[in-house]
Amino acid sequence: MRIRQIDLFKGFSLGIVWIWLTLFALLPFCLVLLASFLSYDENTLASLPFTFENYQRLYDPVYFHIFARSFLLAGICTLFCLLLGYPFACFISRLATAAKSFFVLLIIIPFWTSSLIRSYALIAILKAKGLLNTCLLALGWIQAPLPLLFTNTAVIIGLIYNLLPFMILPILTNIERLDIRLIDAARDLGASWLTIFWRIVLPLTMPGIMAGCILVFLPAMTIFYIPDILGGAKSVLVGNLIQRQFLVMHNWPAGAATSIVLTGFLALLVLLYRKIAADKGGHEFL
Amino acid sequence: MKWYILPATAYFSAIYLFFYLPIVILIIYSFNAAQYSLVWAGFTWHWYQQLFADWNLWVAAWHSVVLGVSVSTVATLIGTLAAVSLYRYRFWGRRLQYSLIFILILSPDIVMGISLLILFSLLSVLLGFWSLLCAQVTLCLPFVAVTVYSRIVSFDNDIFEAAKDLGATDFTIFRRIILPLLWPAVFSAWLLSFTLSLDDVIVSYFVAGPQYEILPLRIYSMARLGITPTINALCTVIFSLTLLLVLLSQLILRKKP
Repeated sequence: MRIRQIDLFKGFSLGIVWIWLTLFALLPFCLVLLASFLSYDENTLASLPFTFENYQRLYDPVYFHIFARSFLLAGICTLFCLLLGYPFACFISRLATAAKSFFVLLIIIPFWTSSLIRSYALIAILKAKGLLNTCLLALGWIQAPLPLLFTNTAVIIGLIYNLLPFMILPILTNIERLDIRLIDAARDLGASWLTIFWRIVLPLTMPGIMAGCILVFLPAMTIFYIPDILGGAKSVLVGNLIQRQFLVMHNWPAGAATSIVLTGFLALLVLLYRKIAADKGGHEFL
Repeated sequence: MKWYILPATAYFSAIYLFFYLPIVILIIYSFNAAQYSLVWAGFTWHWYQQLFADWNLWVAAWHSVVLGVSVSTVATLIGTLAAVSLYRYRFWGRRLQYSLIFILILSPDIVMGISLLILFSLLSVLLGFWSLLCAQVTLCLPFVAVTVYSRIVSFDNDIFEAAKDLGATDFTIFRRIILPLLWPAVFSAWLLSFTLSLDDVIVSYFVAGPQYEILPLRIYSMARLGITPTINALCTVIFSLTLLLVLLSQLILRKKP
C-alpha cells in the first residue's frame, strides 16, 4: 500500500512538471523550428512546401544590419555595465554588513519594479527640454540641446539603466567569495595593487564577470520595448524585427527563422561561457 | 581618511542617482499642473483624479492582479514540485529537466512569446486569460524552481532518511517536512512570480487578446504615444505599491530566517 502511495506522489510531481514543460516549452519551440521552414501564406500564415527561403532572406543587407546593430548596441551596453558595475560591486563588498544589505536592497528594488515604467521615466530626463539638457545648458557646457531621445544613445542608456543590476549582483556574489587572505599574501610578497588586481582579483572574479555579461547581453538584444519607447526609426533591434514580422507583417515563417537564428547565436554564446567556466574549474553561476 | 574615500563615495552616489533620479522626477511631475513642459506650474491632484476616473484602467489593473495571483500560485506549485523532484528523485530525464529549466531562464522572452503564439493559434485557443496564464506560468516556473532548489540543497538529507525509516510516505514527507522548511523560499518564489507577471511585457504582448486587457500592455501602448502626466500618476501609484510589497516581504522573510 505504501509503495503505491510513494509512486503516486512521485508520479504526480514528475507528471505535472513534464506535461507542462513538454506542452508549453518543448512543443512550442519545435513548432517555431518547423514554421521557420514553411512558406509564407497570406491566409493561413504558414503553409507547405518546405523551404530554406526564410533563412536565405536573412542574408539580405537590411536584416544583416539589424543583427549587426543589435550585437553592437548590446555589446556597448554590456561593456558600460561592466565598467560601471565592477567598481561599484567592489565598493559595496567593502561596506559593513548592515550598510551592505541596505545598499544591496537599493540595487534590488529596481529589479522588482516594472522595467517598462523605468524606461518610460527616462524620457523626462533625455528629451530635448528634459532634465539633462536643461542642466547642461544652465551649466553652459552645451550651446544647443543635445538630440538624445529617439537615438541609439538613448537606447543604450535605457538598456544600461535596466540591466545594470544584472551585472552588479553576480559580480558582487563572486567578490564576496574571494578569500581576502590571498590579497594579504600577495601584498606581503611585495605585489603592487595593480599586479594584485590583474593577477589575482580579476581572474578569480572572472566567473561573476562572465555571468553578468551574459545576463546583460542576452536581454539587451531582445527587449523590444526599450528601442520602441526611447529609440528612433533607426533603432530597430532584433527584438523589434521579430515583433514586426509577427504582428505587423504577419509573416510568421520569416519571424520564426529570425528567432531561430537569434536563439542559435545566443545558445553559442552560453555554450562558450559554460566551456570556459568548466575549463577554469571555477564556480558556475548559470 | 584615505584618499580614495571621496571619489569612491561620489561614484557610489552617482550610480544610485542614476538608478533613482528618473523615478523621482516621474513622481514629482505627476503632481505638476503644467501638462507639457518641465516648468513647475504648481501642485495638483488633477492627474490622479483623471486616473481614478478611468474605468478601463481599473478593469486592466484588476485583470493584472487576478492574473498575477493565479500565475504565481500555479507557477509556485509546479515549480516547487519540479525542484523537490529534482532534489529527491533519480529518474530518467532528470538531467534533461535540470537543463531545460536553465535553458528556459536564459532563452529570450521574445522567442517564448512567439512560440506560444504559434502553439495557441494552432490549437485555436482564444487569446485571453488562459493563454496569458499558461504563458506567464511557463515564464515564472524556472525562476521558482531555481529559488526553491537553491534552498532545498542546503537541507540535511538525513531528515528525509529518518522520516522514511519512521514510516512516512513521500507525500507526508513533502507536507510535514519539506514544505514547512521551504516556506520562506516558496514565499519569495511566489512573490518573484507575482512581480514577474506584473512586469512582463514581452511574452504577454504576443499572447494577450483584446478581451482581456492587462495593465503593463496598457501602459506600453500609452507610453509609446509619449509622456503624459496621467501615465506619470499611474506609474507613481504602481511604483509605490511595488515598493510597499517588496519592503513588506523583506520584513516577513527576515522574521522567519
